[in-house]
Amino acid sequence: MTTLMYKFHQINLYILTDKMTVHSLYILSKSGGLIYQHDHNIPTVEHEKTFSYPLEVKLEVQNRNIVVSYGQRDGIKVGHTLMAVNGMKVTGQQLEDGRDAMLASMFYPLYALACQLSPEQRSSGIEILEADNFRMNCFQTLTGVKFMVISDVKQTGIDNLLHRVYEIYSDFALKNPFYSLEMPIRCELFDEHLKSALEQAERLGISNI
Amino acid sequence: MTIYNLYLFDRDGQLLHYAEWTRNKQSGMTREEEAKLMYGMIFSIKSFVTKVSPIDLREGYLTYTTNKYRLNLYETPSRFKFILNTDVHAQGIKELLHQIYTQVYVEYVVCNPLCQLNKPIESELFAAKLDEVVKQSPAYASRPA
Repeated sequence: MTTLMYKFHQINLYILTDKMTVHSLYILSKSGGLIYQHDHNIPTVEHEKTFSYPLEVKLEVQNRNIVVSYGQRDGIKVGHTLMAVNGMKVTGQQLEDGRDAMLASMFYPLYALACQLSPEQRSSGIEILEADNFRMNCFQTLTGVKFMVISDVKQTGIDNLLHRVYEIYSDFALKNPFYSLEMPIRCELFDEHLKSALEQAERLGISNI
Repeated sequence: MTIYNLYLFDRDGQLLHYAEWTRNKQSGMTREEEAKLMYGMIFSIKSFVTKVSPIDLREGYLTYTTNKYRLNLYETPSRFKFILNTDVHAQGIKELLHQIYTQVYVEYVVCNPLCQLNKPIESELFAAKLDEVVKQSPAYASRPA
């Protein structure tokens, strides 16, 4: 406890100003296995501030992040997320290993149930799942591969993004001679293109509003 | 626009009421079986949503959309679940479900001393009022003939 107090004498806070709009992307193989997962955590605007103890802002854990709850000052506003302290990354509570795979495979039966319980003939499975604070879009290809994007409800253009990701998957994963179907995707080119597609989608999505 | 059907579950997953208006496909099983399947799906969706959500949920309202229909789930603080299937373009379903809860369920079931809260609703008045509220809603009225 005493060492912890000492560390608080000088603190650099990196604070995230804008909410990121695309949270994560999952790719499920046709048998329901998770073959790719990407957490998109690019802060759009960062503030770096030096504080001395006692802190002039009040922080609290909210939704797996450390968030400013009181004390608006110098461009740092209530609701901003603390990213790092003294150069050390603050990540909040992280998903444990294997939990993502479980989440992805949880979705697979839900998709099938949604068809079965449909009041209308020949319905597809879940395409958009929307709660009050996030939206999940799912795109299933003809071959049964599912692309899922979890984003902010305000993010637009997710359909285009999903098709773009499908293209990238075909170009850089399927055409890669070292990639075997149903296996996790580990291709650098795929990663790079995916990242730029996500960034582009966020930029376009924001300017559309 | 169309409203297909409504399920009302209590906090234990018991089907309290079922109503349908336009249903073009039956699931091919008994009502109890279907209710169990529906409750099971809702239960899993809810746990999926709480796990996958980047931030905590604030209200008990969520929807999912397929290419043919939309399922709207409204959960009251007492964990009663109102599930309404509509077409994908229906608007204002959240308000409609809230209205069904406050103006139909509370008025004609909770305030009715003859209705037991943990038993399937047998009140005809409730069914009639529910039908009336749904048929008056813009989402139902504007459906093509």
